[in-house]
Amino acid sequence: MVVRRLFRDSAHLVRPALVLVACMALFLVVRSAIIPKAFGQYGHYRPGALDLVRQHPIAFAGQDTCVMCHDDQATVRAAGKHAHVACEACHGPLAQHADDPAAHVPKLPDVADLCRRCHEKDAAKPRNFPQVATAEHSSGMACNTCHQPHNPHL
Amino acid sequence: MIPGVDGFMYPNEVELQWSVLIVLYPYITGLVAGAFILASLERVFNVAAVRPTYRLALLTALAFLLVAPLPLQLHLGHPERSLEMYLTPHTSSAMAMFGFVYLWYLTVVLLLEIWLEYRTEIVGLAQSTRGLKRWIYRALTLGSYDVSPAARRMDEKVGYAVTVIGVPSAFLLHGYVGFIFGSVKANPWWSTPLMPVVFLFSAMVSGIAAVMVLYVVCMKLRKTAIDMRCLDTIARYLFYTFVIDFTLEMLDLIHRTYESDESFRSLDFMVHTRLLFSHVILQIFLGTLVPLFLLAANQLWRYTEGTRKAMYMTAGALTLVGIFAMRWNVVIGGQLFSKSFLGYTSYKMQLASREGLVAAVLLMILPFVIFFVLVKLLPPWQGGKAHEA
Ligand code: HEC
Ligand code: HEC
Ligand code: HEC
Ligand code: HEC
Repeated sequence: MVVRRLFRDSAHLVRPALVLVACMALFLVVRSAIIPKAFGQYGHYRPGALDLVRQHPIAFAGQDTCVMCHDDQATVRAAGKHAHVACEACHGPLAQHADDPAAHVPKLPDVADLCRRCHEKDAAKPRNFPQVATAEHSSGMACNTCHQPHNPHL
Repeated sequence: MIPGVDGFMYPNEVELQWSVLIVLYPYITGLVAGAFILASLERVFNVAAVRPTYRLALLTALAFLLVAPLPLQLHLGHPERSLEMYLTPHTSSAMAMFGFVYLWYLTVVLLLEIWLEYRTEIVGLAQSTRGLKRWIYRALTLGSYDVSPAARRMDEKVGYAVTVIGVPSAFLLHGYVGFIFGSVKANPWWSTPLMPVVFLFSAMVSGIAAVMVLYVVCMKLRKTAIDMRCLDTIARYLFYTFVIDFTLEMLDLIHRTYESDESFRSLDFMVHTRLLFSHVILQIFLGTLVPLFLLAANQLWRYTEGTRKAMYMTAGALTLVGIFAMRWNVVIGGQLFSKSFLGYTSYKMQLASREGLVAAVLLMILPFVIFFVLVKLLPPWQGGKAHEA
């Protein structure tokens, strides 16, 4: 008797509970429908993203490729302080050029901007990294009047 | 020389990443949590005197809660991506987990509590209104027209349980915001375990002040008498929470001063220069000491009704400004100094950009628009009943 009354008086409370359950069910259905297949297979991401990334055209050839044809510059560079600075760090991405050198002849880097990008004096850089206040150091002259880009020693 | 920068800043510190919208976010969630806790006073702690503001507080909480995520989404852009947080949540991300706290609080606590509270009116209106309104109310009844005294007693019991769950949920809701700042260990202005607690109490202070001001304004607009017993009680609770909040903030300050770690000189200098107006003048003096004094005076001496109203309103408005300044000082202040402790940048608010002043003002108006609609839909005034309790 008491139990029956309790049920009758709380019957209306079942409704918000149903709404909640329905919303949760809907959420789960939507979730399973839109979460990409195999999500989480390799980590907290969509494995298909890897394929998408692979489809991007390759921009950098990598310096092993450059060296195959530009032995001269490679030898010069290997002798100096820029030995560990990759060709394309200065020349920019040149995969197209490496594929077909005749069709894509690269523009040479603009020295006025290039060297500054790495060597401008900045207190946030490691202390032992070679850096100069370019305006004072070269007083407007192009860096490569004194330094050679491939082997920056004078 | 970069304009606005003094001394040395790392390159990524010159421009602030978190704009005024990120100031609004904790401010708005704070109002939600505070308003809800005021509502729970009546229900869980049986403070009958605040009954006239019970519904008002619930609707205020709902109006602000609905707006709370918007500043974040406007700041981040791509609002459609925020859904991913629910679809594929990362369990190690505090922000992702918070998405669920938000949903829980919105649906299980606030909406349910409001529904339970308003059932009699909803059923009544579903039968007495016409047209579109009738359909709205019919939908709101969820199909149940049982408002017998026995059923209402049941609602009362369940509502109590919901509020009991709601209080820790509200604590969680706002404690989290402080948690996010407090756990940025690289930033000495933020990184303190006291942060969630300070945020929580300042949330309660701002929420209570907001409901108090809203109550008086609503009554003035409706040309209805203000229940002074209610107003006095709210002001008293505002005073209590404010004292705790102020003590905690001072504790934090004393602790920082005493600890004097390597960041202290830099932060101290910042408080005395770039944050002088917003921190010392707005937050501490106008936003805390003056309202505390006004509220304390009311605990000590008796004033006439008119004077009390004026004092409460001044205290309430100043409190709201002060807590906003507190959020500002935390969010903006935390980005003004260099982590090298050798320099300072400045924040220049934009005007009509996505994260500018206009967006912020609109976002602050929006909850009031929602509040207005809610009040029209679910009138919080219960005629005689409001005052009988
Ligand atoms: C397949 C051989 C080959 C590869 C690989 C190659 N290059 Fe070349 N590169 C050439 C040839 C041939 C020319 C001359 C094209 C011309 O002048 O018509 C050239 C020209 C250049 C020039 C312009 C020289 C000038 O005087 O204007 C630069 C700079 C250059 N290459 C850099 C690179 C870099 C950097 C790489 C690696 C990403 C690279 N090359 C890879 C063959 C190659
Ligand atoms: C530090 C930056 C830097 C690096 C690293 C670098 N280059 Fe250069 N390179 C330059 C600049 C600058 C010029 C243009 C010089 C000029 O304008 O006189 C240049 C010119 C060239 C030229 C045109 C012919 C010449 O010698 O002037 C070729 C070819 C070339 N680089 C290939 C390479 C290759 C291959 C590598 C990698 C082994 C490489 N570069 C690494 C900066 C660099
Ligand atoms: C991509 C960054 C980069 C660019 C661009 C670059 N450099 Fe360098 N440079 C380096 C690095 C790395 C070193 C080696 C630092 C070391 O050994 O610690 C270096 C070393 C040097 C040195 C040797 C300093 C010494 O202590 O002897 C000189 C000089 C120099 N660069 C000049 C230049 C000039 C001139 C240019 C423009 C043509 C240039 N660099 C462009 C990265 C760069
Ligand atoms: C007038 C000739 C001249 C020009 C132009 C010039 N340099 Fe130098 N640079 C030198 C000499 C000489 C040295 C070595 C003596 C020294 O350490 O001061 C040097 C040294 C350097 C070093 C090494 C500093 C160190 O602390 O080890 C860097 C880096 C450098 N130059 C970069 C540049 C850059 C970048 C430019 C272009 C903006 C440039 N230089 C233009 C003459 C020149």
